[in-house]
Amino acid sequence: MAAAAQPTSPNEDRPLLQVEGLRKHFPAGSSRFRRNERFIHAVDDVNFTLGRGESLGLVGESGCGKTTTGKMLVRLIDPSDGHVIFDDGTGEPTDIATLRGRPLKEFRKHAQMIFQDPYESMNPRRTIFDTIAEPLQVQDIGTLVDRLDRVMEMLALVGLTPPRTFLFRYPHELSGGQRQRVAIARALIVEPSFVVADEPTSMLDVSVRTGVMQLMADLADGLGIGYLYITHDLAVARYMCSRIAVMYLGKIVEIGDTEEILRSPQHPYTQALLSAVPVPDPTVAREPVKIKGGVTTLINPPAQCRFYPRCPIADDYCETNDHPPLEHKGQEQEVACYKA
Amino acid sequence: MSGYPLLAVEDLTMHYQTRAGEVCAVDGVSLSLERGQSLGLVGESGCGKSSLALALLRLQPENAQILRGKVLLDGVDLVSLSEEEMRKYRWNRIAMVFQSAMNALDPVYRVGDQIIEALEQHSNAARQDMVERVGELYKLVNLSPNFIQRYPHEYSGGMKQRAIIAMALACEPDLIIADEPTTALDVIVQDHILREFGNIRKELNMSMLYISHDMAVIAEVSDVVAVMYAGKIVEYGTAEEVFNKPIHPYTRALMSAFPSVTGEKHELATLGGEPPNPLDLPTGCHFHPRCPFATEVCAEQEPPTVRRGDHWADCWNPPED
Repeated sequence: MAAAAQPTSPNEDRPLLQVEGLRKHFPAGSSRFRRNERFIHAVDDVNFTLGRGESLGLVGESGCGKTTTGKMLVRLIDPSDGHVIFDDGTGEPTDIATLRGRPLKEFRKHAQMIFQDPYESMNPRRTIFDTIAEPLQVQDIGTLVDRLDRVMEMLALVGLTPPRTFLFRYPHELSGGQRQRVAIARALIVEPSFVVADEPTSMLDVSVRTGVMQLMADLADGLGIGYLYITHDLAVARYMCSRIAVMYLGKIVEIGDTEEILRSPQHPYTQALLSAVPVPDPTVAREPVKIKGGVTTLINPPAQCRFYPRCPIADDYCETNDHPPLEHKGQEQEVACYKA
Repeated sequence: MSGYPLLAVEDLTMHYQTRAGEVCAVDGVSLSLERGQSLGLVGESGCGKSSLALALLRLQPENAQILRGKVLLDGVDLVSLSEEEMRKYRWNRIAMVFQSAMNALDPVYRVGDQIIEALEQHSNAARQDMVERVGELYKLVNLSPNFIQRYPHEYSGGMKQRAIIAMALACEPDLIIADEPTTALDVIVQDHILREFGNIRKELNMSMLYISHDMAVIAEVSDVVAVMYAGKIVEYGTAEEVFNKPIHPYTRALMSAFPSVTGEKHELATLGGEPPNPLDLPTGCHFHPRCPFATEVCAEQEPPTVRRGDHWADCWNPPED
């Protein structure tokens, strides 16, 4: 699905997004009189790239920092540290981690987000037309008539046909699947370079889910949009993403080609995650998950490997050394593990 | 006692009265469950699977009415019991694990006390014995006994779900109804809980009705599978039969719509349309507007039952055997 960008100018070789040392530390219980020294390390030194038109899956359990990462890329959360170099090939590469004011508003045309819950992400008192046209209104694009045409186009594109019948309805009149299609239309109407999709199908029923997944994949192909697809479901990531990054407690522990990682996961956490996925075949008995209980605290965590307390293969070296760097270990993918 | 299956549901029908009209949530459901067996009930949201579970326990909301049918537990019809008598069955013989563990515990009471409260309803044992029993239950579901005296907010999601399971097991019921008990949990936690659940069930020879929309989870926990669509059971059979040789087009669609991490990456099939509006169900076979094999007769008449041994489905156009 990730059409490799055709190099037409020297600039085109650069990825759309280059994330370097991205961090988010939330203060844990600050006080007015005492300087806060306790921080929740939600995202801690995350590095990856997202190519033009590529879809990268960010996979991990709840609380691992995947949503925080996604929100930083669209600047709904300000990073504590690090760089996000954005380059869509039309202008100068910019570090969007520190943008403010007008340039930030300008950047929002290029970066959009689709949220998990289609019941919570829409204003119940605004019509579908108002909802989808809002980004155009905020960015001051087109006249009302232009906007109406664009919204009709988008509705048809996301499969809500005939568009006319949807324009002036309210979110409560639509089903979950239809609402998620409205959310997709709203995200794509400004023709963004990339979209952060935060579990866009996890609230939908199976039979409706595939339709929405298919739509997102088709739109990515047709419009050349890059996705950061956040999900806890490896099976969904397999169908949506050409590459995946597995996150554990604020760190990326494994990143690479999706099929490669599913075929031979190198990090013990990825292995555990994969072996825990139920198999829709009653004759298959899965191996038990090899992983211990106990989780490292995220408040000023120790320097050692974040996965150390749960790791089945850790030894003294892992205990005394810092969190391992992401490296190639004779495999396609990069892994952050001393023992892999 | 012998001669009867543990649970036999016959032609159970339940309607909701709503302002918009009458909704037939459970429509002539019949099924049976042997002792020690587990039945997986699978279907999309709104298909009536949770309503069926509530009707079995007679916990349906006030606007619901059981119109006809029987729920036989060891041959005793629960539908005809008085509320007083029903209470003796609830929790003691049939217990339920609810969907959202987050909301099933009272936030202002210690978890241990909530389990004791359930025990007190059904036994006259001394308090000290009950406290010990809670300790045993915690051991069974792999929770640290230190947590007995703690409040729900101090538990993680997985721990709450374990506590709810402990509570359901408190009176050693014959049948446990589990309504999407792991849906809100992460995969690794889900895996632990499913395994523990399975082990405990075998140890105590309990029967289970497991409700889920997740075909993969159903495949792992069930001996027998029932597929529900718009209030009706549309396919029923052993897990092997239903998964390997599904008859109903809906079952087949559900399976091919499900992404898997193992095996070759197959194309996901999309089931067109939306789940039916319960206020205005399609005529004939309720599935016909979304069915790729529908013919004229499907829209006009209710489908016949196709039987292949104990495996059956309601369909006009079943595939060749």
